Amino acid sequence: MQPHERIGEAIIAANNDGRTGLVPFITAGYPDPDTFASSLQAIAEVGDVVELGVPFSDPMADGMTIQRSSFAAIENGVTLSWIFDQLDPLQGSINAPLIMMSYLNPLLAFGYAKLASRARETGVCAFIVPDLPYEESAEISAALDADGAGLIQLVTPATPADRMKLLADATRGFLYAVTITGITGGSSGLPPDLAAYLDQVSAVSSLPVCAGFGIRTAGDVVNVGKHAAGAIVGSALVEVLERGEDPAAFLRQLR
Amino acid sequence: MKAVLDADEASKLLKALLAGELPDERGRFGPFGGRYIPETLVPAFERLERGIREHLPSDEFQQEYRTQLRDWVGRPTALTFAARLSERWGTEVWLKREDLAHTGAHKINNAIGQALLARKLGARRVIAETGAGQHGVASAAACARVGLPCRVYMGVVDMERQAPNVDRMHRLGAEVFPVESGDKTLRAAIDEALREWVSDPDGIYYLLGSAVGAHPYPYLVRELQSVIGTEARQQMQDLAGGLPDVAFACVGGGSNAIGLFYPLLGDSGIELIGVEAGGTGDGLGQNAATLAAGTPGVLQGCYSIILQDEHGNIQETHSISAGLDYSGVGPEHALLQALGRVTYVTASDDEALEALEELCETEGILTALETAHAYAAAKRWSRDNPGKRILIGNSGRGDKDLPTLSRYAARTSANAAA
Repeated sequence: MQPHERIGEAIIAANNDGRTGLVPFITAGYPDPDTFASSLQAIAEVGDVVELGVPFSDPMADGMTIQRSSFAAIENGVTLSWIFDQLDPLQGSINAPLIMMSYLNPLLAFGYAKLASRARETGVCAFIVPDLPYEESAEISAALDADGAGLIQLVTPATPADRMKLLADATRGFLYAVTITGITGGSSGLPPDLAAYLDQVSAVSSLPVCAGFGIRTAGDVVNVGKHAAGAIVGSALVEVLERGEDPAAFLRQLR
Repeated sequence: MKAVLDADEASKLLKALLAGELPDERGRFGPFGGRYIPETLVPAFERLERGIREHLPSDEFQQEYRTQLRDWVGRPTALTFAARLSERWGTEVWLKREDLAHTGAHKINNAIGQALLARKLGARRVIAETGAGQHGVASAAACARVGLPCRVYMGVVDMERQAPNVDRMHRLGAEVFPVESGDKTLRAAIDEALREWVSDPDGIYYLLGSAVGAHPYPYLVRELQSVIGTEARQQMQDLAGGLPDVAFACVGGGSNAIGLFYPLLGDSGIELIGVEAGGTGDGLGQNAATLAAGTPGVLQGCYSIILQDEHGNIQETHSISAGLDYSGVGPEHALLQALGRVTYVTASDDEALEALEELCETEGILTALETAHAYAAAKRWSRDNPGKRILIGNSGRGDKDLPTLSRYAARTSANAAA
């Protein structure tokens, strides 16, 4: 099995248990680089797949929460190579497949070939790159594919039907359905026509569909879970970390 | 992604550039450019690209645009022979007077063109970013002219150092949105404008102010700003008796420079020199000399040369001029540098201030601090090239810089007293 195939398996396993797959997102090394490893282990006990955010100076698709955590992590010296180094000793102790969210430039600076091999070594199964549309993704996809990692594609409510199909066919692991037209961390709640949109996305995708953006409560997870295989929880979890509360406890009440 | 060109590739790309074939259908200027944007914006960019293809070359749009340029912007702008400056420098200096365009800088050429396009595309409102405030003022004015609401994103650092322009935007009916995030200057303002656009990609037209960002903006802005070089080329022949030996323009994102240079690229006898902000020194964070000190990377939608650290985080910049204070540069400039067709040099804060004073004194023109960088480099060049004919893109006027100039004057006299 290729590493990226573990992602879909983990979501489907949760569904087979009668649960919505839970994908927690944290900004790596936030709020404290020293507690990253233990915090990740605790989160991975509850999450089916864990998404690690690589901090970047210009997070243009993110709202205030993830901007704040990203800038704080950079201040604390968190970089992509630091994150990989932290993951090295955790091999074997984390069962949930890991995915990484990074803007393109840190990946470009790291180098695609090295990225693919470090991903394989550290159990990172796929990447989400929010400023990399499909049309520009051939080079990095080829490099990642060579090591069994993949690129997770995003669809949004603004995506036309034919393009949705294209992205569903290209994605690895799961298809990321952005719930709102907007940035992460919105407080306006999930849109009323979410069910129809998620049904439409699920209909075109052979891989599980995970919904993200604006999912904050157990009720949101239940709502999303009726029409998608998984739910991605980002800003709400980062806020829990920001307040110094227990992330695993927060995630358990979402399950 | 590659950034170095071999001789064969370079000669092919130069030919393509001169034939008007760049950017290519993928929005590339050779290796540079492209479209690195969130998925939510992909349909909006495709709509914009289709709209440009349909309207920009059409007679109807061109006629409307040219009429606005003539009757409202005040084009053609003058070409001025700088007699006293020429005498001092021992060269023949001609100035392309974009400071005389409505709202006081070249930015209006682009703003009115895009505002007309926004109306054609059925936008409900316009957003724009601004650094020095010139593009903000131009966008506010252009939106008022075509009857669209306008919101301008501006870093709080820039709002303070360009306070007069904030007032002007308000007077012209625009809302100025203070950006507190990131570096609180132009780069953060662009990030914030992009975030807003993502929230309403169907209703918003994003009126980007420089030849940067994702395709088709670098192309669109070049097309709208090329009026500078096209006029200047004709005026040099009519008034100066021939083309210049060299042309200078300041480069931040690079819109005035591409506007001046693009129509001159085919005249191989004209040396082209872009001038970036050398700030206070060569150290990281002390300047905004992107092409001089940067490396290839992706920032705010395009692959170009950017100022970044080894981890790919964008570096903060410094320049006395808010308009040059940007960590990236337009992808076409990255190509022109790689091809060697344009040389990029720097001028420091102090050199720019000195040049600004000299121009006031000799020609009675208070130029913008951005523009003053071009004068500083031209003056340096003159020392080694006596008797040559120089064209300088006088991209904007300096009224907006009065608070900065007073601050620096106060600092200098305080230092002298100490």
